[in-house]
Amino acid sequence: MTKYILKRVGISLITIFVLVTVVFFLARLMPGGPFNDPKLSETARENLSAYYGFDKPIFEQYITYLKNILSFDFGFSTKYPSRTVNDLLAGSFPYSVDLGVRALCFAISFGLVFGIISALNRGNKIDLIFVIIAVIGTSVPDFIMGAILQYFFAIEWGLLPIAEYKGFAYTILPSVGLGFYTMASVSRIMRASMLEVVQQDYIKTARSKGISRFRVTWKHQIRNAIMPVITILGPTVAAVLTGTFVIESLFAIPGMGKYYVESVQNNDYSLILGMTVFYGTFLVLCNMIVDILYGIVDPRIRIAGK
Amino acid sequence: MSEIKTELTKEQFEIVGKNIEKMESISRPSLTFWQEAWRRIRSNRAAFFSLILLIIYVLLAIFAPMLSKYGFDQQDAYAMKQGLSLEHWLGTDSLGRDLWVRVWMGARVSLTIGLLAAVINSVIGTILGGFCGYYGGKLDMVVMRIIDVIYGIPSLIVCILVMVVLGSGVQSLIIAMVLVGWTGTCRFTRGEVYRLKEQEFVLAAQVMGEPVFTIILREIIPNIMGLLITNLTMAIPGAIFQEAFLSYIGLGISPPQASWGVLAKEGTKMLQVAPHILYVPAFFICTTVLALNQLGNGLRDAFDPRLRGTE
Repeated sequence: MTKYILKRVGISLITIFVLVTVVFFLARLMPGGPFNDPKLSETARENLSAYYGFDKPIFEQYITYLKNILSFDFGFSTKYPSRTVNDLLAGSFPYSVDLGVRALCFAISFGLVFGIISALNRGNKIDLIFVIIAVIGTSVPDFIMGAILQYFFAIEWGLLPIAEYKGFAYTILPSVGLGFYTMASVSRIMRASMLEVVQQDYIKTARSKGISRFRVTWKHQIRNAIMPVITILGPTVAAVLTGTFVIESLFAIPGMGKYYVESVQNNDYSLILGMTVFYGTFLVLCNMIVDILYGIVDPRIRIAGK
Repeated sequence: MSEIKTELTKEQFEIVGKNIEKMESISRPSLTFWQEAWRRIRSNRAAFFSLILLIIYVLLAIFAPMLSKYGFDQQDAYAMKQGLSLEHWLGTDSLGRDLWVRVWMGARVSLTIGLLAAVINSVIGTILGGFCGYYGGKLDMVVMRIIDVIYGIPSLIVCILVMVVLGSGVQSLIIAMVLVGWTGTCRFTRGEVYRLKEQEFVLAAQVMGEPVFTIILREIIPNIMGLLITNLTMAIPGAIFQEAFLSYIGLGISPPQASWGVLAKEGTKMLQVAPHILYVPAFFICTTVLALNQLGNGLRDAFDPRLRGTE
């Protein structure tokens, strides 16, 4: 187990290092260079040059850059030189995390429930409805889902607020829009997994021992069927958190995805890079945590590593 | 309770004779692997319908823009945000451009990106995975660690970075997707080759002195071709989604060039005034992805030897 965790942590650290290095060298490849913006004032350019050490050889620049990142200094915005990436993150990251967590909670809880109901009603109309929801959910990109939800629930029917993020009612549409795809895939996997588990011998054993149908479903079938769902959680966390990019700009939520998209649209290179490093690192760490949790949950890994 | 008579008497049986010809006859026509797969795809209604729909989409993407009297970037200030009509089959967008033409121009871009990215990923992944699985050892170790690292970085982050550096356009999109996309196929192929390389037919090829490249390409890969094609089909929707996402945040394809992502983005801006501008591209993105997923499921079943002969 310790070996497994160490290996995961090691790979994640290498991944972060590679990401940071790639970002650094890509920045040197960028067309025109990030600081050639004519609108940039002379002092700002000098400050930026001094900050990034452009007068020094590239290797030294690289070391400076690494040091900056190690001290959690992610750089400036070239568009608004008074803003630092850290300021932006401090103001916006909590919104993104909040939205991401809500979307994940919605996706996992509804996905599991839908999958279970669907599997228990295999072949009848209820199953069909949930299967159709799942199939549609996995074929609609999240920004289209968000836009359609916004149109109907906010514009046409006026049930929920159209944008911004100021209370529970405001969070419903963005969370659902963001989590719908994941909810659909969780429900699909859960359904398939439930149907596979129900054919296992231990279910028959449990039934033949006289345990009630409800207890068998609850204690044996669902518990075992949930394992494959956990395996997709890692990629899912990443997908949901990158999905916040579009959902935030759609619902005018002041999260970091919105700033990220803005910085991309404004060609604000240093902001893009700083945020990419931060975002990438964050997602790699999320993945690592999910992997480690999976190791703890899965007895095969838990025992094999001992 | 009356007793049920179950005893069988000799009179109830009769000799029907022996027909050697019939016993020896082949009940099913012998089919090659591909014929069998084709037969099963045809009998799977959802998959077959999906296949036909996709063929129609591809044909329309090729021919519809040629046959229409409108250009894809031809604006018309007198026909803005129109709904569906005989004049403009799918209406017009905020600049009066015909949506029917734009959708199929967009399909050209989106489908090309989806297909090319998926095919290039598969080819690179299959060859590299084949060698890794066959040789094992150091090469395998190095490639697998590289994959671990690439896999850890969210693919969209890499795509965004590459797009920022290379600028928007079809080529940069494909390059960005290939940089991260080959890992899945590579892992999969490696595992399969690892499993198959101990089998007798590989040994036979080795004894015959076939070069390694031939063994991997001619002996092992055909055995996993079905699964590779299934994976390929399933990978296209991901690429289409990614293009849509990148175009949406302004990095993929830039207007007036059309792609489904660009059209959907324009649609979300016009949602309050003319929702059909979003619905039209959304419909085509969704049905295409849906069809590809269904076809993928059908192919997986069709290529699965365990399901052979079952209907």
